[in-house]
Amino acid sequence: MQRILILGGGVGGTLTANLLVKKLRARIDRGEVGLSVVDLTGQHVYQPGFMYIAMGGERAANLQRPERSLLDKRVTLVIGEVARIDVDHQVVTLTDGRPLGYDQLVLATGSRIVPETIEHFDTEAQHFYTAEAAARLRVALDRFAGGRIVIGIAGMPYKCPPAPLEVAFLIEAELRQRDLRDRTTIDYCSPIGRAFTIESVSEMATPILAEKGIELHTFFNVEAIDAERKVVQSLEGEELPYDLLILVPPHKGQQFLMDSGLAPAPGGWLPTDRATLQVGGRPNVYALGDATDLPLSKAGSTAHFEAPVVTERIVAAIEGRGVDHKHGDYLGKVMCFFEVGDGKGTLLQFDYNHPPRPPKPNQIWHLGKIVFNKTYWHTVPKGRV
Amino acid sequence: MTDAAVAITRTVDARGSFCPGPLMELIRAIRESQVGDVIAVYSSDKGSKTDIPKWVEKAGHRLVSLETSDGYDVIVVEKLR
Repeated sequence: MQRILILGGGVGGTLTANLLVKKLRARIDRGEVGLSVVDLTGQHVYQPGFMYIAMGGERAANLQRPERSLLDKRVTLVIGEVARIDVDHQVVTLTDGRPLGYDQLVLATGSRIVPETIEHFDTEAQHFYTAEAAARLRVALDRFAGGRIVIGIAGMPYKCPPAPLEVAFLIEAELRQRDLRDRTTIDYCSPIGRAFTIESVSEMATPILAEKGIELHTFFNVEAIDAERKVVQSLEGEELPYDLLILVPPHKGQQFLMDSGLAPAPGGWLPTDRATLQVGGRPNVYALGDATDLPLSKAGSTAHFEAPVVTERIVAAIEGRGVDHKHGDYLGKVMCFFEVGDGKGTLLQFDYNHPPRPPKPNQIWHLGKIVFNKTYWHTVPKGRV
Repeated sequence: MTDAAVAITRTVDARGSFCPGPLMELIRAIRESQVGDVIAVYSSDKGSKTDIPKWVEKAGHRLVSLETSDGYDVIVVEKLR
């Protein structure tokens, strides 16, 4: 039996599992192929919805479903925590000691936030990268009666690159509606020399920041939070006072990937081939989604477009044929919606060779994002879009 | 722009990494270095030779040299504070 083992039950792992079933159904039914997904909690969480807990009345309960309900019945779901991967012997060991052998390994292990790496982050900064944190930010916004809001990024790379800009735009719109805007200043801090990593998106977003009176601070890499003086300090030597501080927490890859020698410390991102998605040149180990070191958005959309590539390569290996490069080479495709506030949004669609050309923000793209979020459970994980 | 007298303390090979990868790699190296250390960044991203000098100036460090060879840029920075 050929054993396919997928680590991670997020967008990338779940979709890859279901796509593999579509291609290998007969072999799985005949017992020639076994397919397992390992997930820490057994719960699939729709993380892009967290921002809407803070900003749009979303509830955490709507953003979580049992992973089992999203996987084809032919997929074995193993709930457990990975301790180590031994690529020489093709074995993954869980923290409870269970060994799981594999012939093909898919690392869809995502990223994790590490706010504790910045002193006072937990007590001083708000964020929206967990459901609980997003709910706390909502409470803080409800209590906010005017003052200085600072929004920034406390480490790169991070999940969903447009999110902090979207939050800045949405908060600005909310404060206008609540008649608090003239009593509030909003500072937006970017770690690089412009508002956003992709130049064309930066060119779109910068005039919107100016129009909304949000002050852009470039080259502001968060270094420390002075809790006593209520100022956030940058590596570059700037200080900004705040009444409400909203920071994207620093992110890392999974510790067990570093412990297993697959991903270098301190980031823990897997060295991944940009076209084949193979890890470290190994022909039977793939990575997708946030876990890779690819210079792309860490976003569900990236995993969504990478999953068919991993699927084609594994199916080709199992069928003993060459890879169909039309389906088996990743070209860097990513597509995501971008909120600009006041019920408007735009769309970012790009690949390695074609930067995004976002259309003028309008209501259609905002509604597109809402519809996509609501229908996610029936579409993406099951491979229907 | 060269300064042959300066000894490189650390080399960051960010070739193949795209904006803002090389800048972020330099920032990581600066954070981990001592004042007086000299860091050489190799970058094949075209944006680095404008982004990195701008960041170096804002952050109060010294741009020692910037040279192009074999299709990539070598940007040397001294940590001043």
